[in-house]
Amino acid sequence: MTSNSHVSTLPGSFIFRLRRLYIKSESLRGYSLLSPTLLAMLVGLAMPLIVLLTLSFWIQEYLDFIRTFSLKNYLDFFQKPIYTKILFKSIRMSGMVTIVTVLLAYPMAYYIAFRVKHNKLIWLILITVPFWTSYLLRVFAWKIMLGYNGVINSGLKTLGILSEPLEFLLYNPAAVVITLAHAWAAFAILPIYVSLEKIDRSLLEASRDLGENTFMTFMRVTLPLSLPGVIAASLLVFIPTVGDYVTPSLVGGPRGIMIGNIIQSMFGKAQNWPLGAAISVMSMLTVTLMVCLFLWGTHNFRKRVA
Amino acid sequence: MKSNRPSWKPDGLLIYAAMYLTFIYLPVLFLPLFSFNSSTYITFPLKDFTLKWYDKMINSPDMHQALFNSIKVGMVVAILSTIFGLLAAKAVTRYRLKGRGPLVSFIMIPLVIPEIILAISLLILISQAEIPLSLWTVGFSHLLLCIPFSMLILISRMEGFDKSLEEAAMDLGENAWMTFWRVTFPIVLPGIVASLLLTFTISFDEFVLAFFLSSTDPTLPIYIWSSLRFPTKIPAILALGASIFVVSFFVVSFAEWLRRRGVKLEPTSGI
Repeated sequence: MTSNSHVSTLPGSFIFRLRRLYIKSESLRGYSLLSPTLLAMLVGLAMPLIVLLTLSFWIQEYLDFIRTFSLKNYLDFFQKPIYTKILFKSIRMSGMVTIVTVLLAYPMAYYIAFRVKHNKLIWLILITVPFWTSYLLRVFAWKIMLGYNGVINSGLKTLGILSEPLEFLLYNPAAVVITLAHAWAAFAILPIYVSLEKIDRSLLEASRDLGENTFMTFMRVTLPLSLPGVIAASLLVFIPTVGDYVTPSLVGGPRGIMIGNIIQSMFGKAQNWPLGAAISVMSMLTVTLMVCLFLWGTHNFRKRVA
Repeated sequence: MKSNRPSWKPDGLLIYAAMYLTFIYLPVLFLPLFSFNSSTYITFPLKDFTLKWYDKMINSPDMHQALFNSIKVGMVVAILSTIFGLLAAKAVTRYRLKGRGPLVSFIMIPLVIPEIILAISLLILISQAEIPLSLWTVGFSHLLLCIPFSMLILISRMEGFDKSLEEAAMDLGENAWMTFWRVTFPIVLPGIVASLLLTFTISFDEFVLAFFLSSTDPTLPIYIWSSLRFPTKIPAILALGASIFVVSFFVVSFAEWLRRRGVKLEPTSGI
């Protein structure tokens, strides 16, 4: 596990001194255990992000990059309204997805944490079972559900309720929001469940003994104490969905495209990597800003309630 | 009249839970349903029952190659990420390190940036370094994504057990390596199994990174993605989805059985 097996034992040798230092210094041993992971992250995360930032200041010319510093991509980003418009639309859509997912998940997590007495694990497994199929197929399942000849339309037609298929079901932002809310459900339930499960039950009894009714107990004890889970769930859903391009391209149609589709096309068909890099940098900054605003907002909320 | 109240009363939350389960199950259950339907088109009314799509799935060498690639990448990624995660978790929980907080946050970054950004940054780096795209580049990117998960699982497992057990072994004369094998490893084992399973699943199902970083040798999600454009290929893909589902059901049940047999697990605080 550690690298000290091939060490010379000659006293006074350099390696010997190194080894003694290694055994004596706790933090050195700690860092050496951490080093493979840190190295992987430096090469695979820090370096690529630096290269991304650098590339965003270059210019694409045919198949080559012009490697001189330029703000052209960022000017493009701000001057052509389409990029900022789609970025903000993506933020709005992911925000919607987050709200819908968390609101739907909370009562479910609450039910498992407080009402289920035995076999909580069975319920948790029951929640995750639908997520054992491929992500792509879960998204595709909604295309099957909502499509022109899909399950809902053809089902209702077979039952004689509809004479003509409904066209507005698929290929719009609402379809993207529903699909994502479904695809990320487990990511919202689990953190909320964990934070609800941690709540000391005697606090709830105390609140009721002191005369609060069930609703006020929930508002003043349960909800504030479960906020960490709600925050974690929101971030776990919001951040990945902003950049998603699978769902928009399968069920979103032209009106449902998101910033992920733009980035993907810059690195694919449009072949403009530097502009794609600049859009990515701007998206990342915007997402970070939104997350900070959100954390600041929830922090204030908690202070007010407490 | 309170005393006459029936023992069962309609529980709003229970009804909600049932509706919620319907919402998350219903769309997914249509996949296996249509995989047994003899029509190529996925629409009601259903036609005859058939197994021909499963037959088609079994006789598709492209699909097998993709499946094999995904299993290969997933296994390598699961093992490496669990080893890295184990070392890092030990470092973080057993040693006092300066700058522990920022270092851990840095390692966790892949969890909080959109995958597409990770994918294109790696793509830029790899193409600038003129490394050819292959399953190795896909595997490397999956490793970055999986290490944080391994580390989180193993940290919560390591924090859960008493450090004095390790110290006792050392005091009784075991060296660091034997202490690890005979004390730490057996206790952390459930965490290791959980980490292997979770990281394999993540890698096996991962699409975005593989989309940007694979070459002509596709992983299974890439194969599925390219097949979704051809209506004639879709029923066989549904059959594949249903099969993956059944296999993961057995794997998860097996893991659960293993867990119950093994060390009794105290409630852990995490994912």
